[in-house]
Amino acid sequence: MTATTISMPNTAASTRPVGGSIVADTLVIARRNLTRVVRTPQLVFFQTAQPVMFVLLFRYVFGGAIAPAGFEGRYVDFLIPGILVQTSLFSGAGTAFGLAEDISKGIIDRFRSLPMARSAVLAGRVLADMVRTLFTTLLMVGVGMLVGFRFHNGFVNGVFAIALVMLFSFAFSWFFALTGLVVKNIESVEIASFTPIFPLTFAASTFVPVQGMPGWLQAFAKAQPISQVVNATRTLTQGVRPPTTQAAGRPTVYSLLWIAGLTVVFASLAIRKYQKVE
Amino acid sequence: MAAAMIEIRDIARSFGETQALAGVDVDVPAGSVVGLLGPNGAGKTTLVRILATLLLPDRGTASIDGVDVVRQPARARSYIGLAGQSAAVDETLTGRENLHMVGRLYGLPKAEATRRAHDVLERISLTDAADRPVRTYSGGMRRRLDLGASLVGRPKVLLLDEPTTGLDPRTRLDLWEFIRELVHEGATVLLTTQYLEEADELADRIVVIDHGLLIAEGTSDELKARLGGDVLVVSLRDPADLDRCAVILTGIAEAPQVDRRGGKVTVPIGDRVGVDVLAEAVRRIDSASIRAADMGIRRPSLDDVFLALTGHSAEEEQNGDDPGAAKPAGKSGRKHK
Repeated sequence: MTATTISMPNTAASTRPVGGSIVADTLVIARRNLTRVVRTPQLVFFQTAQPVMFVLLFRYVFGGAIAPAGFEGRYVDFLIPGILVQTSLFSGAGTAFGLAEDISKGIIDRFRSLPMARSAVLAGRVLADMVRTLFTTLLMVGVGMLVGFRFHNGFVNGVFAIALVMLFSFAFSWFFALTGLVVKNIESVEIASFTPIFPLTFAASTFVPVQGMPGWLQAFAKAQPISQVVNATRTLTQGVRPPTTQAAGRPTVYSLLWIAGLTVVFASLAIRKYQKVE
Repeated sequence: MAAAMIEIRDIARSFGETQALAGVDVDVPAGSVVGLLGPNGAGKTTLVRILATLLLPDRGTASIDGVDVVRQPARARSYIGLAGQSAAVDETLTGRENLHMVGRLYGLPKAEATRRAHDVLERISLTDAADRPVRTYSGGMRRRLDLGASLVGRPKVLLLDEPTTGLDPRTRLDLWEFIRELVHEGATVLLTTQYLEEADELADRIVVIDHGLLIAEGTSDELKARLGGDVLVVSLRDPADLDRCAVILTGIAEAPQVDRRGGKVTVPIGDRVGVDVLAEAVRRIDSASIRAADMGIRRPSLDDVFLALTGHSAEEEQNGDDPGAAKPAGKSGRKHK
């Protein structure tokens, strides 16, 4: 047999353990996903155009009619923390779409037939989407400041606020990963991701104070995670307003508990589903 | 010759009610090409996906160079290169980036992945297009890149799942030439195809499967010999005459086979003399007032073999898709490109 050609078996090159390295493979996949994002700027544009419209809509159209009860301050300072949470969640839906696209095009099969760490496909997807979401979230902070939003609680707490939003987006990205793996079909995956997220985002303290909602809805809105995270983000960026009505740490602690719970549940479901995808 | 590089024993797999594979044995000796021939839905893709560790069999074993694909899937993956409809390349990345990424995922260091990507690009004649996004590639270039991706890890075996389906004839010839070169260099290949010509051209041995069962196995010549010599072929002007023609040709030699797609009736002539059979057939067809477009005695093609073995043509469309693909969106998605 001749020995100089590519097709010849030669497994001497690889020194790493069978099954691949999770860190290296995750970075390779994340890089591939980010390259795709950078090369399809129209996608990023439309993904940022939507939250910008929400900001303008609520700041200038609805904002005048909303006087948040129990919130001492301007509506724009009430609004932007909600927008940040909404933006990071909606941006996370790209995880579902990207996975469904990769499955339907056969890319996932390629990955699954390679001697790489299997979990790296999901981890790399989530990592890349976190980077993308951080970009859109910071952009929305900028847009918010253009329309009058300010951090009133110091720089460090502001950073904590962004970190909390990102952690929440991380938790939900596993939900979206699961959605993408279950739905698989590019046409239906967007509806499947937004159907639960949309009502959850609006039946919350995201844009308006929950006190204005009917009792049954108020109970739901107060209990669900988006309100907790929005409240925590609001408190971290604005301080406690008014100081007497709300303990500063509570929404943050509840948020972190929700984040931990959602991550554990949806990450394990998504990973299990990925192992079984056929 | 060493033991079989790929060893498949009694592999079965069902999808719900549909039995895609009903217990199949296949051996692929090192350095040889085995062509898995069968129509859509025969179970070819299911078998490839099981070997590629993408699918678990319900029963049976399969190993690659002694490594069980079910029990040691991680090791088995480092032995295989997969191409064709079971895997894909990324359209947003360039050809070079695709190959580099695959190299990295095989565990190669960056510099080595870069070098291999370069070598493979040269090998598949894509050097000029290497830095263009794959979505600008033609169908043939895409397939070559797809094949190239399966070469980056220098696998022990290549699994080519319908590597030329949907390509125009010229591109198909190019790809055949490339696969032949790989084989010439010692690659071990399991190739699925629904084209008899492709199996005939590329494979050392052909395994014919239909409805999840192995129905024949051998070299192209052996399979043709199973028909027992030459065949009488009668092509008809009016397909409506096919059944009538088969009836009047009954008894002339062996049982006539109707190929509806080809609009012809074929009759294996066994040990009878060709000219006698032909003369008799002309008389019978003439007196039945059936209008023939063409008649003749010829060596059997693999198509005739398939027809005789299964009762239907190899390229005839079956009801339902290959359930082994198990991803309808993906299959159509790739074929529309």
